[in-house]
Amino acid sequence: MTEPAGSGTGTRLAEEAQGGSRRALSRLLTAIESRTPVAEEALRSLYPLAGGAHLVGITGPPGGGKSTLVAALVAEVRAADRPVAVLAIDPSSPVTGGAILGDRIRMQQYAGDGDVFIRSMAARGHLGGLAGTTAESAAVLDACGFGLVFIETVGTGQSEVEVAAIADTTVVVQAPEMGDEIQAMKAGLLEVADLVVVNKADRPGADRAAMQLRSMLALGEGSEAGLADPSRPRPKRPQVLLASGLDATGVPELLAALDAHHAARANADGPHLARIARARAQVEGILADRTREALWSPARRVTTDALLERVATHDLDPYAAADRLLETL
Amino acid sequence: MTDRPLKVLIAKPGLDGHDRGAKVLARGLRDEGFEVVYTGLRQTPQMVATAALQEDVDVVGLSILSGAHLTLLPKICELLRAEGMGDVLVTAGGIIPAEDVPVLKTAGVAEVFGPGTSIGQIAAFMRENARPRDA
Repeated sequence: MTEPAGSGTGTRLAEEAQGGSRRALSRLLTAIESRTPVAEEALRSLYPLAGGAHLVGITGPPGGGKSTLVAALVAEVRAADRPVAVLAIDPSSPVTGGAILGDRIRMQQYAGDGDVFIRSMAARGHLGGLAGTTAESAAVLDACGFGLVFIETVGTGQSEVEVAAIADTTVVVQAPEMGDEIQAMKAGLLEVADLVVVNKADRPGADRAAMQLRSMLALGEGSEAGLADPSRPRPKRPQVLLASGLDATGVPELLAALDAHHAARANADGPHLARIARARAQVEGILADRTREALWSPARRVTTDALLERVATHDLDPYAAADRLLETL
Repeated sequence: MTDRPLKVLIAKPGLDGHDRGAKVLARGLRDEGFEVVYTGLRQTPQMVATAALQEDVDVVGLSILSGAHLTLLPKICELLRAEGMGDVLVTAGGIIPAEDVPVLKTAGVAEVFGPGTSIGQIAAFMRENARPRDA
């Protein structure tokens, strides 16, 4: 970090972005992504203004049609004249750090529309389906007047559930070829879904996939009385919808379900816990970043390298090495 | 962290359907460690400018083989300037006659890469000429 945090650029960008400058908003998001002092300064003034937007996580396996579905949702939202933003995350190369950000290609028809803001983010080594700074980016969009933000994750496997901590509503998008009912029984992604969408409903097998999902997700329902400890956290009971991002079938119903979920949450006490989870994800992310930065700072680098060398040669165990590094912080 | 990856938009303005070159370049730049926003075929100047603005890219790389470069590329440069993005590096590639290159450069295209240019040359040019960033 070379720039002094109080340089004023962050505050100025925050004001301009809030005033409607898309250029300032865009530059701010770049700063957020790189966790610069400008970003810190801007967040100080923007974060208190955020918190009102509906953050919708869209997740699911690669090629399931998430981007196409988001594009169809954006059309539906715009038909109601609501401003909408999209954060689309794609993976970074673990080898070169490069990335292909290819979600936007499905959403290019909104170029002339000032109330649609689409931003791609590379995950930059962050695991879990998001970039490390996605929550802060969403907060900036929220503070700049986007009442609805779609967060499209990296194509996920079975256990990238981080988006559920960030989003108010989590949608898991499955393709009809998702597999048999055993896949639907497995722990992980489906458990954190508020809504499950079987996308590509225009394809054969979609109805059957939706039926299998519904029956598996309903297994064990109504059996709370038989639980050893009723106070233990229980997986959610998601609604299963059929949709086609391609021809927009089921998209109005999906948007209605998203709005209904948001409205229902506003009247329940669960959201506070969800917001604590979001706060935790953000603060932990920043702590991890700062720790990493500190460990590899020029002053500590030699010590860190030396300890890693000892672990690599099995001279020291990894727990002991971690403890020693923590002591130096 | 000041050593963030360079962010590049690769787009094909206009109506030709030949996107092999753009894909090869997008993929090659990925391997050079760039973050590449790929918007693909049949982009209007407005689409290119909006994507560049919202993505806050350092470089806009335009691939064009239709022959409409003298119309489309200056238009894109103009829109970028209008959006306050006049400092974004604009490069072009494809089939562009040598006599058109000076015209494009006057319009704001920094460099034109013809057939036979290597990915390494393009990546090096982008690294050297992308605007320095303050945020």
